[in-house]
Amino acid sequence: MVRQGEPIFGPLDFDLHAGEVLLIEGGNGSGKTTLLRVLAGLLSASEGRIERNGVVSEDLTTPVGFLSHALGLRADLSPIEQLDFFACLYGLRPGISAMGALKSVGLDGFEHMPVRRLSAGQRKRCALAALLHTANTLWLLDEPYANLDRDGQILVDRLLEAHIARGGAALITSHGLIEPTVSRVRRMRMELAHA
Amino acid sequence: MRKGSVLSAFFGVMRRDALSLWRRRADALNPIWFAAIVVTLFPLALGPEAAKLARIAGGVIWVIVLLASLLSLDALFRADLEEGSLDLMLTSAQPLAVLAAAKILLHWLATGLPLLAITPIAATALGLSPKALPVLLTSLALGTPIISVIGACAAALTAGLRRAGMLLSLIVLPLVVPVLIFGAGAVEASLTGTSTTQPMLFLAAGLVASIALGPMVCAAALRLGNH
Repeated sequence: MVRQGEPIFGPLDFDLHAGEVLLIEGGNGSGKTTLLRVLAGLLSASEGRIERNGVVSEDLTTPVGFLSHALGLRADLSPIEQLDFFACLYGLRPGISAMGALKSVGLDGFEHMPVRRLSAGQRKRCALAALLHTANTLWLLDEPYANLDRDGQILVDRLLEAHIARGGAALITSHGLIEPTVSRVRRMRMELAHA
Repeated sequence: MRKGSVLSAFFGVMRRDALSLWRRRADALNPIWFAAIVVTLFPLALGPEAAKLARIAGGVIWVIVLLASLLSLDALFRADLEEGSLDLMLTSAQPLAVLAAAKILLHWLATGLPLLAITPIAATALGLSPKALPVLLTSLALGTPIISVIGACAAALTAGLRRAGMLLSLIVLPLVVPVLIFGAGAVEASLTGTSTTQPMLFLAAGLVASIALGPMVCAAALRLGNH
């Protein structure tokens, strides 16, 4: 991956299977976020190819659950309205209501409060509830543990565990301070390309 | 309507944006206040001579509507880009042109339509001949959606830039000059008693072309800005 002539990260070759979590570790600026954006189809790689379900995905035909630092929440809307918007875009996961999803991330009581008035950790929880509420089987999560308290980190582990138990797959990044405690985790380390 | 279908994504974007507009309705009314104030400035500047005002009323209202529409364009995609929901729209695999169409339609409903609604009052205040009013309203009804479409394409291009307001005007205004010429021309024609068919047909053709091509151009501009 090259940006304006500067290499960001070198050649990578990896796969991700249903029912597992791939943890991408690396320091600040090692290209974790860029890799995730390439995989989500938001950036095009300078070389190489990505296959989804064995099909080269030049254009995105399958949706992915994408959680980045910008969480995609509208400041004036309440968590329940955000979840409805996510569901309109991605489709619903059967068997869980928006209220149920918000309750399971610990946002019960805040369903109708504008996101503007929530803390950074609560906003993160709201975005996690949206992942839970929508139907995607592939999750690309950029620093899912950031801004969360200890309970929140356990919550992320629990969501990931349930997601892979359903046959989903997740790719998460971490700068290495927090260890995910999920049953099937593989690791990949990214180094600075021009150290 | 099944959640996750193209139609539900279209209405989802519209509902979310309409809700956040409603929560900030004071901001949303800015273009209308702007138009109302500028209309009252003309008699003050030109003097209360009714015949003079009546002659220029059609053109004045067209220019005011054009400038007022620009006011709300700057923010059209900014929130989506900054809060990251543009990423969501792109990763949802929904056709971006459809989502862009929802945003354009809402822009027209929130800006073009209210401007259209206050036009009879503005026209009366400036003393426009009542027989020209239907022509003015029809030309605005055909022209304001074109302004929304062209403006949305420019807003998509400049969404990632800080303080893009001036640049946005520089891109949009030359492109909408034909709309202004045909729109104001139609009103002028109705005042002088000549046929208004030709300018109206040009406006209608422009509208059809904008609706057909605009959302796709807008989506391409958004992708360009995101990469």
